[in-house]
Amino acid sequence: MIKVVFFAALREQLNCNELSLSGENLTTVADLKNHLASKDETWQQVFANNTLLSAVNHDMVNSEQTIKSGDEVAFFPPVTGG
Amino acid sequence: MNQEISIQSADFSLADEVALLEHDNAVDGAVVTFTGRVRNQNEGRDVTSLTLEHYPGMTEKSLETIICTARKRWRIGRVKVIHRVGELFIGDQIVFVGVTSKHRQDAFAANEFIMDYLKVQAPFWKKESTEQGNNWLDAKTSDENKAAKW
Repeated sequence: MIKVVFFAALREQLNCNELSLSGENLTTVADLKNHLASKDETWQQVFANNTLLSAVNHDMVNSEQTIKSGDEVAFFPPVTGG
Repeated sequence: MNQEISIQSADFSLADEVALLEHDNAVDGAVVTFTGRVRNQNEGRDVTSLTLEHYPGMTEKSLETIICTARKRWRIGRVKVIHRVGELFIGDQIVFVGVTSKHRQDAFAANEFIMDYLKVQAPFWKKESTEQGNNWLDAKTSDENKAAKW
């Protein structure tokens, strides 16, 4: 299983904090994005945004990053702390 | 648990934090602190409050990495980073960065470096409340440019 978590504006747009996927046929973060974008129009719009950031197991990564079962993948907008 | 980092909803005392940085620390002659507070205005909008969200686990890890990088670049002694989460009101303290060093240059530079990188790498998000409603703040290119200069 792959745990996927969402934050801030993304979490609200998707109305989803987190979900779990079997992860079969998902090799990279890009695969996962495409898979999630195919859910419906809202998800498609959210994942079409190229400013979206991703992290795997708490490290910032790009879309080519490989993923495997047991990973925690996060998607969120650019950060605005401080 | 890393004693240098605290993510908390509670307020903090600048005096207490400085006392901790200085306690039993005879080697460091410099203590540089930065405190960030909630402004009453942002880009022309009257702000009533800010709500801070973060990604527990990743926040701590990213701050640890930033502090570790600062330690490699400058000769610094103690470091403390506090970031508040939840709803904060005008004038409330949001963030604290404290750095000690033998001489002031290292503490000045490391403090600014930590703050600049926190701004662009640590997973915090601000939602602004105004009379007109609530909106998530957009990241600023100027913050990216500032961090890139180091």
